[in-house]
Amino acid sequence: MDRVKVISNRFFLPGLLLFILILLTTMPLFVQPYVVILLTTIIMYIILTLSWSIFSGPTRYISLASAAFFGVGVYVSAMLGQVLPLPVVIAVGGLVSLMLALFIGLLTLRLRGMYFIIFTFGVSELIRHFLLWWETNFTGTVGRWVVAVDHTTVYYVMLIIFMMALLAAYLVRRSKFGLALQSIGEYEEAAVHIGINVTILKTLTFALSAFFMGAAGAIMATRWTYIDPQIAFNPLFSFMPVLMAIFGGIGQLYGPVLGATIFALLEEVLTTEFPYYYMLLFGIILIAVILFLPGGLVGLIQRWRRGGLEG
Amino acid sequence: MGGIYALIAVGLSLQYGVGRVLNISHGEFIMIGAFATFSLYTVFGISPLVSLVICGPVLFIIGFLIHRTLFQYLRGTSESEGAFADSSLLASFGLLFIIQNIALIIWKADIRGYSYLDSSVSIFGALFSANRLVALLFAVGISLAFYLFLTRARLGKAIRAAAEDPGTAQVMGVNIHRVLAICFGLGALMAGFAGVLISMMYEMQPTMGLEYTIIAIIVVVLGGLGSITGSLIGGFILGLIGSIVTYFDAGLSLIAYYVIFILLLLVRPTGIFGK
Amino acid sequence: MRLLEGEKVTKNFGGLTAVHNVDFDINQGEIVGLIGPNGAGKTTLFNLISGALPATGGEIRYKDERITSLKPNKICKKGIARTFQLIKLFANMKVFENVFLASLFGVSTETNKSNAKKESEELLEFVGLSAVKTTAAKDLTLANQKRLEVARALATRPELLLLDELMAGLNPTEVAQAMELVTRIRDKGITVFMIEHVMKAIMSVCNRIMVLDHGVKIAEGTPGEITTNKKVIEVYLGED
Repeated sequence: MDRVKVISNRFFLPGLLLFILILLTTMPLFVQPYVVILLTTIIMYIILTLSWSIFSGPTRYISLASAAFFGVGVYVSAMLGQVLPLPVVIAVGGLVSLMLALFIGLLTLRLRGMYFIIFTFGVSELIRHFLLWWETNFTGTVGRWVVAVDHTTVYYVMLIIFMMALLAAYLVRRSKFGLALQSIGEYEEAAVHIGINVTILKTLTFALSAFFMGAAGAIMATRWTYIDPQIAFNPLFSFMPVLMAIFGGIGQLYGPVLGATIFALLEEVLTTEFPYYYMLLFGIILIAVILFLPGGLVGLIQRWRRGGLEG
Repeated sequence: MGGIYALIAVGLSLQYGVGRVLNISHGEFIMIGAFATFSLYTVFGISPLVSLVICGPVLFIIGFLIHRTLFQYLRGTSESEGAFADSSLLASFGLLFIIQNIALIIWKADIRGYSYLDSSVSIFGALFSANRLVALLFAVGISLAFYLFLTRARLGKAIRAAAEDPGTAQVMGVNIHRVLAICFGLGALMAGFAGVLISMMYEMQPTMGLEYTIIAIIVVVLGGLGSITGSLIGGFILGLIGSIVTYFDAGLSLIAYYVIFILLLLVRPTGIFGK
Repeated sequence: MRLLEGEKVTKNFGGLTAVHNVDFDINQGEIVGLIGPNGAGKTTLFNLISGALPATGGEIRYKDERITSLKPNKICKKGIARTFQLIKLFANMKVFENVFLASLFGVSTETNKSNAKKESEELLEFVGLSAVKTTAAKDLTLANQKRLEVARALATRPELLLLDELMAGLNPTEVAQAMELVTRIRDKGITVFMIEHVMKAIMSVCNRIMVLDHGVKIAEGTPGEITTNKKVIEVYLGED
């Protein structure tokens, strides 16, 4: 079948990728501002989901700290936006998140499974409530204003972060560390016994994923212009990447990207048309995926591919 | 407040300790209990105390059914304990979204409240509001009743057996599937009770569930994962600490809980009575 | 040469003493057996040696270097590898990948990918798994899974290999094959310390045997000495 031949061709995937990248890069030139803004949000979700899956995918340590890392980036941007140039702010946002991740990583060395999940969620919430309390009692006003940046610049920065994250994810996956991370997810005790320094590997990978989340947060803040702990550390930013990654499937690299794209689009459509129903739909989709599609979209596509080649 | 925490925590502990399902949507059941009471009271004039009797069983049935269908299916198709833990957690996420959204649709997003037994009562010279006292009484009462149930009733013992060692319990003739589902249902029941009681004292919002779920998790960890009595005691302890902290600065109570939680996880993850 | 040495090694779990004041030593080139009734503390001892559990007391030395409180990955790099009583394979990864990974990380941080690849293939050949190298580990037969665990452990280029109940669950033919594999491993220059319940295997393959009961070493000697040891017979009353 011609279709199968085309898709199996070695050059199809990279070619498609290049095409999409060129399209995305030149988008702002011929498209309405609204689309650019929408794309920015979608790419932000992709970055969050992709970064999340760099660590949580292979190791199966479900992290709910994404909101913490993202929020830290947002706050760094708010605090330093007036003082430092944009690229520095983004970098600092990413770095502070990275350090937070290192800190959390070292603390959670002994925690497994359920404990880890709850702990990471707790950290996010703790930071949120702490900032809320701090701002109420010490700075007088809750929330901050952020230096605004025009939407085209925001879009391009987000795009760059995305490409960096994608590259990082790809390189990790292909390297021996990617395989090692997988083995940690399969059987951590055995992994330690074959010489893998599990502690360092986990912590560094976790930190890497946090970096991109922080950077994304830093640039997103400039789009929102006003932020407060509730907005920045919204637990939804911890839950959604998990949802999107599961939906998209963590078996392949494009899984989280695909899942995030579809979900972000869905969210955009639903919040405007049916603001009261979108959570419901997400919940149903999630349960449906868990029950019937454990491999996510990736699993589905793989099955289709195998079927197509045999047919 | 400790009493309420205890109730919630026991409910969650039942679901996790026995059924090994960490139910993130636990708080949503509480919310449903609260709102149902609200509606029953404002629309039909049914006293919240009576609501206890109505909401409890209804939520029990809902919980039971959900476990029977959703979680049991997951358990059957999961390739390992770890996989089941993950997928059930995610499934409960889904539940959270669904339930919260349904509540939003029915009751909209505003803050609701009603007053019941608002008068003050004086005991030993200190002033308490009647509704809090009643709530506390019921919370303690229900907790005690449940404790007795666990230790005396045959079903209660079956539950404890299943919590300790599901395999052996099954061999001894305990219908594991039914017991697990019952536990889940009981968890929902507890949440419902808690919701009713909470509604008597505080205002409510459809988004209130998550905060209580977190508190429940903290209490369960404090008392020890898997120990139901631990959750009972842990609930009271946390409630006490919360009251003390609130005395100084209300905004700090949640932070205090989290700090305790984080310290707990680092120093003694097994909790007070943990396995 | 004394390869591994343990002095008064002790492990307590709360109130339970799993291993109590156990002394042992393994010399290079030996195949040493570790036997004892269930619950005697054998696997716990292995866990202490491999670093999976911290010791409560005593000292373990490898080539005269203290390894008592080291993490398993460091101990692996020093040259001790092990298999597990309950198979701990990377189930969803391919057979080849299981070994390849060990080969990449088990020796030094500078292992070359193509060297590792070659070594892995040789090892798979050595244990007899070349035919199934692209199969997922979870789809293997029990005997093959055990072979894979051995291959994976060997990929870290150990000088000392700890085998935990390699023969458990194998039929007589497979047991014979396993025995032969152990001998071939020794011939390769690797010292073997093995826990076993299959008496026939232990007696015929080991130079020396240690007997543990309730966490205490009750006997040690050649197979001949052990089979005639009164204490051992008592402890194993009714067993082969």
